[in-house]
Amino acid sequence: MQVQSMFFKQRASEKLGDELLQGNMRKAKGKFVDGRAKAVAEFGVWEEVRSHAAKVRDRALANLDAYLLEFEANATRRGAVVHWAETAEEACAIIVGIARANGVRKAAKSKSMVSEEVNLNEALEAAGVEVIETDLGEYILQLAHEPPSHIVAPAVHKSKEQVAELFVKAHGKPRLTEIPAMTREAREALRGHFLGADMGISGSNFVIAETGTTLTVTNEGNADMVTTLPRIHVVITGIEKVIGTLEDFATLIRLLPRSAIGQTVTNYLTLTTGLKMPDEADGPEQMHIVLVDAGRTKLVGGPMQEMLRCIRCGACMNHCPVYQNVGGHAYGWVYPGPMGSILTPVYVGLENAGDLPNAATFCHECAVACPVKIPLPELMRKLREQQFDRKLRPWPERLAIAAWAFAVKRPALYAFLSGIGARVAKWMGGREGLIHSLPGLDGWTKGRDMPAPAGRTFRELYRQRSLERR
Amino acid sequence: MKVGLFVTCLVDLSRPGIGFAALKLLEGAGCEVVVPETQTCCGQPGYNSGGREIAKALARKVLAEFRDCDYVVAPSGSCSGQMKVATVHDLFQGEPDLPEFEALAAKWYELSQFLVEVLKVDAVPGKFEGTVTYHDSCSGLRELGVKMQPRYLLQMAGAKIAEMEGAERCCGFGGTFSIKLGEISTRMCENKCESIRATGAGAIVGGDLGCLLNIEGRLRRTGDKETKVLHFAQVIAGEG
Repeated sequence: MQVQSMFFKQRASEKLGDELLQGNMRKAKGKFVDGRAKAVAEFGVWEEVRSHAAKVRDRALANLDAYLLEFEANATRRGAVVHWAETAEEACAIIVGIARANGVRKAAKSKSMVSEEVNLNEALEAAGVEVIETDLGEYILQLAHEPPSHIVAPAVHKSKEQVAELFVKAHGKPRLTEIPAMTREAREALRGHFLGADMGISGSNFVIAETGTTLTVTNEGNADMVTTLPRIHVVITGIEKVIGTLEDFATLIRLLPRSAIGQTVTNYLTLTTGLKMPDEADGPEQMHIVLVDAGRTKLVGGPMQEMLRCIRCGACMNHCPVYQNVGGHAYGWVYPGPMGSILTPVYVGLENAGDLPNAATFCHECAVACPVKIPLPELMRKLREQQFDRKLRPWPERLAIAAWAFAVKRPALYAFLSGIGARVAKWMGGREGLIHSLPGLDGWTKGRDMPAPAGRTFRELYRQRSLERR
Repeated sequence: MKVGLFVTCLVDLSRPGIGFAALKLLEGAGCEVVVPETQTCCGQPGYNSGGREIAKALARKVLAEFRDCDYVVAPSGSCSGQMKVATVHDLFQGEPDLPEFEALAAKWYELSQFLVEVLKVDAVPGKFEGTVTYHDSCSGLRELGVKMQPRYLLQMAGAKIAEMEGAERCCGFGGTFSIKLGEISTRMCENKCESIRATGAGAIVGGDLGCLLNIEGRLRRTGDKETKVLHFAQVIAGEG
């Protein structure tokens, strides 16, 4: 995906003015936030399991090299071929190579954010392979030629009516109004693709070292089809998804669907270990697992390592008041919300991420919601520190901070300046005590008045009181 | 008991009445209150803008100013979070003066927590007739656990509390965020104002002046000249 994050502010502005989107986002917010809250309350031992899950992820990251090699050995033993892709381009080249070598004409995909990250669909299409997204949300977006706006519910920004419109165009059938009927129509359209695809491509929520298993959670069962029906199965996922054991998986899966949408368990859990065996009815003849780095190892052992704990549940964006108002597309790359404000700068460069590390009030809702205790606000702050040190913020902002820092360290100067400021601003506020526009602070005054100060500072009044009392 | 009052830069500049309300409450409860004259800011604007060294310099300045106090009290969850949490968990990790900041953090209280948990007040000077709605500001709530204390104090003053939908949701202030990303900040604030209007309360009360200026600014811009916007200290001190 082309990085558009430097335009966050403009894009957010457009999204704030998009009434349809605003309505769609409002509806989604309740479902995610209330659903999770209910599931967490029912769970009883949430904090305990959450602490354990963070440890499980930390252990995996501390043993990343060993677990990955163990995974490779076990997956290979079961007949899969493990490929290592250092970059996005390498990942695409590997998969295009597999497609070419096997004369693949059609690939059916279940949802994979890593494939969005590396632009896999474009690479395959350029090589003459037809790619069909089979996750319902992704399918809708493929028809709309849009990227996902959410990592779990990719089409959350679309209304039922917008989807009905897309289906009329794509399927050439009468317009439907009920969601079950629309789902049935999509299912019918997709069935042929599952059966006709030469290659199935899936992501993987976790890969398990001790068994060589890749696994996918879905609510639609499309991953079951994609991983068993086509003769070639390709898994594409990030190297940080490796965990040690099935036991570790048992911990994480208790948190993932609850955090994502308040579900106790997803409808389908697709675990794939190796090829179709001679005595088995289903399964692929070839299985390729592409483990993608694309910037991840840079985080290992560094100040941002905790971000690699992420299990891609989306709770951070669901609870983010910035995301709730602007939606995922405003963020301009694959991952939106707080996780995106961190992953975008670390994967595509801080200089390309624009305002993203600043797109937060540090309200800490994300940190509270994260099932693996990633200190998201702290990580965003570290990125702000890097922006500050590298002088990446606009010069008026840097000048303002420097001037402020100079004054607050000098109490006498500060007292003098704040005394003047309080008087001038009071005068500007007039009789109502409201300042309607302030040069340099129009970010505030465009949509809000600035309540004017009382006119004299606490410091002055307190000194006067002390003198009077003497 | 010698209590240092950390006034906060916003209260000093904009709403000195909140500082005097805090002073009245503390003195009324029998504290000997000192207000170091050289205090300016806790450093959070610098910290959140990536200026780590500025934040550390200011934290050290605050530490020196309040060194001989038994307690330090601030009428703000946000500044208290900076001095209780950010210093200890981040800024001075691995620094020789970490123990001093740990000691400062242990004796530092947000005002409502100090009144309820340390002074255990059972009466307040203020009398408030009518209904208020309370906005939980993010740092106080999620960093310090300020939730029931200000409500308890408001009820002590006779105020009825009508809870708004999403009282714990951010108002969109976020310090410099409110200027850097003003349009998003304004929308978040408008959502907050919608919740406030829906309660029909005559006053919106909070514990952080940043949030209050933000909310008041939006209410006034959208034509609401009636709803009072107050710090809880003003209400319970009878200065609202």
